[in-house]
Amino acid sequence: MAFRLELREKTPIWFNIVLPLSAVMATLLLCSGLVALAGANVFHAYSELFLSAVSSRFNLVETFVKAAPLIFTGLAVAVAFRAKFWNIGAEGQLLAGAMAAAYIGGIESLPSFSLVPLMIIASALAGAGWAMLPAILRTRFKVDDVVTTLLLNFVMFYVMTALLDGPWKDPLSGYPDSPDIRMDAEFPILLHATRLHLGVLLSLLAAPMVWWFIRRTTLGFSISVVGENPSASAYAGISITRILIYTALISGSLAGLAGAGEVGGLHFQVMSGISPGYGYTGIVIAMLARLNPIGVVLAALFFAVVVTGAEAMSRATGVPVYLADVIQGTALVTMLIAQLFTTYRIRTLTTQG
Amino acid sequence: MEEIISQIFQVGFFAAIIRIATPFVFATIGELFAERSGVLNLGIEGIMMFGAMTGFSTAYFTSSLWLGILAAMLTGMLMAALMGFLTVSLGLSQHVSGIGITMLSTGFAFFFYRLIFGQPSTLPNIKAFTPVGIPVLKDIPWIGPVLFEQTTLTYLAFAVVPLAAFLLYKTPWGLNLRTVGENPHAADSAGVSVSAMRYQGLIISGALMGIAGAFLVMVQFNAFTFGVISGRGWICIALVVFGQWGPWKSAAGALLFAMIDALQLRLQASSIIDLPYQVFLMMPFVLTIVTMMLVSRNARAPSALLIPFRKEER
Amino acid sequence: MSNPDYLLSMQGICKSFGAIQANNNVDLNLSEGDILGLLGENGAGKTTLMNILFGTYQADEGKIMIQGRQITIHSTADALGFGIGMVHQHFHLVHRHTVLENLLVGEPGRMGRLDFSGARRRLLEIGEQFGLTLNPDARVSELTIGEQQRLEIIKALFGDSKILILDEPTAVLTPNESTGLFEALRALAEGGLGIIFISHKLHEVRNVTNRVLVMRAGSVSALVEDTKEVTESDLARLMCGHELNPPKKNTSKLGDTFLSLSAIKTGGSTPQKLKGINLSVQGGEILGIAGVSGNGQKELADVIAGVLSHTEGTIEVKGEIISKASPRLMQKLKIGRIPEDRMTTGLVTSLPLYVSMVLPWIRRSIFSRFGILRKNEILSFTSKMIKRFTIQATGPEVKTGTLSGGNLQKVLLARELAFEPEVLLASQPTRGLDVAAAEFVHRQFLSLREKGAAIILISEDLEELFALSDRIVVMYEGRIAGETKINDASVEDIGLLMAGATFGA
Repeated sequence: MAFRLELREKTPIWFNIVLPLSAVMATLLLCSGLVALAGANVFHAYSELFLSAVSSRFNLVETFVKAAPLIFTGLAVAVAFRAKFWNIGAEGQLLAGAMAAAYIGGIESLPSFSLVPLMIIASALAGAGWAMLPAILRTRFKVDDVVTTLLLNFVMFYVMTALLDGPWKDPLSGYPDSPDIRMDAEFPILLHATRLHLGVLLSLLAAPMVWWFIRRTTLGFSISVVGENPSASAYAGISITRILIYTALISGSLAGLAGAGEVGGLHFQVMSGISPGYGYTGIVIAMLARLNPIGVVLAALFFAVVVTGAEAMSRATGVPVYLADVIQGTALVTMLIAQLFTTYRIRTLTTQG
Repeated sequence: MEEIISQIFQVGFFAAIIRIATPFVFATIGELFAERSGVLNLGIEGIMMFGAMTGFSTAYFTSSLWLGILAAMLTGMLMAALMGFLTVSLGLSQHVSGIGITMLSTGFAFFFYRLIFGQPSTLPNIKAFTPVGIPVLKDIPWIGPVLFEQTTLTYLAFAVVPLAAFLLYKTPWGLNLRTVGENPHAADSAGVSVSAMRYQGLIISGALMGIAGAFLVMVQFNAFTFGVISGRGWICIALVVFGQWGPWKSAAGALLFAMIDALQLRLQASSIIDLPYQVFLMMPFVLTIVTMMLVSRNARAPSALLIPFRKEER
Repeated sequence: MSNPDYLLSMQGICKSFGAIQANNNVDLNLSEGDILGLLGENGAGKTTLMNILFGTYQADEGKIMIQGRQITIHSTADALGFGIGMVHQHFHLVHRHTVLENLLVGEPGRMGRLDFSGARRRLLEIGEQFGLTLNPDARVSELTIGEQQRLEIIKALFGDSKILILDEPTAVLTPNESTGLFEALRALAEGGLGIIFISHKLHEVRNVTNRVLVMRAGSVSALVEDTKEVTESDLARLMCGHELNPPKKNTSKLGDTFLSLSAIKTGGSTPQKLKGINLSVQGGEILGIAGVSGNGQKELADVIAGVLSHTEGTIEVKGEIISKASPRLMQKLKIGRIPEDRMTTGLVTSLPLYVSMVLPWIRRSIFSRFGILRKNEILSFTSKMIKRFTIQATGPEVKTGTLSGGNLQKVLLARELAFEPEVLLASQPTRGLDVAAAEFVHRQFLSLREKGAAIILISEDLEELFALSDRIVVMYEGRIAGETKINDASVEDIGLLMAGATFGA
C-alpha cells in the first residue's frame, strides 16, 4: 500500500470547522503532557482553564471583552496574510493606536461628543501609518516585511515607554502610566454592571465587514489574487505595489482599533503592559481561522478563554501560566500541518497482485 | 566633543564590542547555514530564548557551564529539526512556520523556567564564564586586552567564521548545501538528497543559535530573564542580508552592529547626551531597518530561499 | 528472455498515477553504441519512463537490467551509481556556480575537500576524448544556452555514465547548435555509450538515431530497428495514430495597422534585452515571431502587454502614440495576451476557476460596480465560457490548478477572446499541449484572424509558425534579424537567421 498526495478540486466547507477543531484538540492533547509534568491533574487543570470563562454571566461577558483586541489583531493579520503581506507587526500597530487614542482622549479643548469618534479614527490612522512603513520598505526597497514588522514592534514599544517615562509620566504616582483620558472619552458601556464597552461591539461588527470586503469587493478580490499569484496579477493589470499598500493600511488600521478599545473601554490610559502580545496572538488566531474573518471571532474567543483561564488554572493547580503561550505556539504549528489537508487529499493506493 | 571621544573610545569599549558581537556571530552564522540551504529560519528568536533557558538551568543545577552550553545546543538542534519537519518534509510556509517555532520555543522557555524555578524573590543566578587571557598575546598593548582577554566562547565564535567559510566553499558538503539552496533540482539530479542537506543546514543553525542564547545568560548576564533575547534574533536575520549570505561579511556586520550597541550603552551611561534611554535602546532596531533598506535592493539571496522542494513536481 | 548483450533492458514497466496509466507494459532495450530515439507526443509516457530509469519514480511493475544483471533503482543516487546520466529539458545547473563547481556537486571530495584539480583534469580528458570543451572557471550565467547544455552532457560523462538520456535536448537550441549536438552524440555513441534521445521532432529523430521506440498513450506503439528504413510521415503515423494534417487557412483581407513599434529599446538598470525593434501588424494577419528562446521574445511580449516599459522608441496603437504603457491601458486598447507560462503569469491555480477567468476584466462594469463584485454575473460568465470552449471542469468554483494543461490553455483563450481583442499576443500557445488541444488553439487563432483581428504568434515551433503565419520575423539578440512573407520562407533561411546570420550572408 502506498500513499499519495493529490490536489483537491474544492475544499469542503466543513473543513473550516473540522480542521481548526482537530488542531485545537491535538494541541490540548500535546500540552496535557506539560500539565502532567507540572504535577497537576490534566482534567482539573483544563476544566479550570476553560470553565472559569463560562462559569458566570460576568465571566462570559469578560471573555468577550478580552476577545475584542484579539478579534481586531486577528482580522489585521488575516487581511495581511491573504495578500502574503507578512504583517507580524500588529503588536506595534496596536500600541500606536492605543497611544493615538490616549492622546486624543486627553485633549481638553475638544468637544465632548467628538472624543469617542475621533479616538477611533485616530487609532485606526496611527495603526495604518505604522503599517505603511514596512509596506513601503517592501515595495520600494525590497526589504523583507517579516523582519521589518518585527523590528518595528520593538521601536514602537520603546517609543511608548519613552513617552511613559517622560512627558506622559504620572506626576502624582510617578508610575510610568499615561494620564487618564477624559471621562467623556471613555467608551460607553453597553451592558450594565459589566465591562462590555463599545470597542467589543465594534470588533464584532468589524468581522462581517471584513468578510464582505474580502469576498465582495474588487479590492478584496485583488488582495487575494496578489497573495496567490503576484505575477499573474501584474499581467492582468493589477498593481501589486498599490494593493500591498492598501492591504497594509487596512491591516494596520484594524490593529490600531484594538488599541483604541483597550484605552477607551478598559484602561483609560496607556501603560507599558497594555498589550500582553495581542499582536502575536493575532497571528495564531488568523491561521486557526484559515484567514476567514468569521472564524477569527471564534478563534479569538477561544484564545481569550485560554489567556484569562490560564491565570485561574495557575492559581488552582500551580501549572505555570505560560502554558497559554505554549498552547498558542502549538496551535499555530498543528494548524499549519492541518492546512495541508485543504490543498491535498491523501489517497491510499493499493497495488494488485 | 573631545571629552566624549576620550570617554568612549577606551580599551574597555573595544573589548565590549568583541564581547557583544559574540552571540550575534554565533546566531548569524547559524542563520546563514539555514539560508544557504534554502530555508529562512525565523525560529531564531525563540530558539535563542529556549537555548538560553535550558543552558541556564543546566548550568545552574550541574554547576557546569559547558554542560549548559551542550544543553543549549541540543535544544536548538531539536527545535530546528521541528522547523525542518514543517518546512522541508511538509513543505509549509517558511515564514509562518518560523513564527510558529519562535512562539512555541518562547512558550517552552517561559513555561519550564517557571516550572523549575517558581517565582523566587531574587533571580537565581550562576557563576558566569570569566575571561581567559591567552598567554603572551594578551600582553600586546591595546590589542591584547581587546582581543585576547575574552571568554572561551568568544574565541570559539571567531573560530566559527573561518570554519563556516571553509565548510561552505571548500568541502563537498558545503558545495552540496549551497547547490540545494540555489537549485535543488540540480542537487537532486546529482544524487544529493535535498531534504537531508536542508535538515543538516537547519540543525547546525539551531545548534549555533542555542549557543548564542546561552552566551547571553552565561557571559553577558548571569541570570535568565524573559527579556534576555529581546529582538537580537531578528537582528541576526538582517545581518545575514547585510553580509550578502557570506560568513566573513556577516561576521563583519555583527561586529559593526556590536559597535553600535556598545556605543549606545556608553552614551546611555555617560549622560553626555540628554535623551531618554529608550532612544538608545531603539537605535539598534532603527539602524538595522535603515541598513536593510540600503542593501536589500541589490541583495542576492540564495535562489531557492523560501521555496519548498517537491521531487515529483514537474 | 534476458539478453546479457544489452547495456540496458527495461521489461514490462507499468506505472500509474491515480487513474492515469502513464506506462503500460513498456519494453526498452539499449545496446552499446546505440542512439535510441524515444518518440511520442506530450503525455505519451516518455518522461515517466525515463524518470523511472533515473530513480525519480519507482515502477509499479517490471524489471530493469543493466548488462544482464537485474537492478532496482530507488533514487537518483542509485541511478547515477549504475552509470545512468540524464540531461533534463530544463537544465539542472546552478547559475552562480562555476563550471567546475557544477561538476563537483554530489561528488565525494579528496581528503574532505573539493577536488578542483582532479575535476579540471577530468574536464580536459573529456574534452580530448569527445571534443566537448568548456572554460572550467566560467560561471554558468556567462555561458550560452548551447554551452550550458554541453555542461549538462559533460556532467553526465563526469560521473562515468554508460547510459545517457537526453530529454528534448534541441528545444532550446538553434538549428546550428543542434547540428553540433548531434555530432557530439555520434562521437559519444562511437565511444561505447548507449544514448536515449527523447523528442517529438520527427526530422531530428530521423537524423540522429539508429533505432526508434515510439510510444502512444503509455504503451509502445512501434519499435523501428533501423531508422533509415522509415520516413518522417511513417514516424508521424506511428506517433499520432494518424497523419498530421495542418489546419486549412483561408485567405483573409488585410485591414488597418493596429499596432506598430519603432526603435523600441529596453534597458536602464536591467541588462538591455531589446535593442531597437521595428514591427507592425495589421488586422487580419498572423505575424509569426521565430527565434531561439532568450533572444528578447519575452521582453517584446512584455513591452506590448505594458508590463515592461521601454526606454526608447515609440509604440503606436491604431495610429496613436502610447506614451505610458500599462497592462490596464493595453487591455483597454483591446490588446489581449496569452502569456508564455500559463501557470505563473496567466492563471491563479490555487483559487477557483472564476477568479482566473475574470482576472483582467474585474473592473468592467458587468463584473463589478463601485468597487463591489457582481458575483452572479461572474459565475454565469464563467459557466458560459466553460461551455463555449468545452473546458473540462466541473464548474466555475473548481480550483483552477486541478485542470489539465490543455484545459488551462482553453481558460486563457476563453478569457482573452471573450471581449473580442483587436490584437492577440500569444507566446508559445501550444507548448506542452497534445495534438487535439493544439489544433483547437490553432482553429481559434484562424477564426480570430478571419474576423479581422491581428495576431502576434511567438513560437519556437517552426512547424506551427509555418502552418499559421502570414509573415514571419526572426528575433536574434534583441533585434529583428529578418522578415519574410510565408510564401517565400524556407525553414533553412529561418534557421540561419535564428542562428544569427544576417541577410544576404
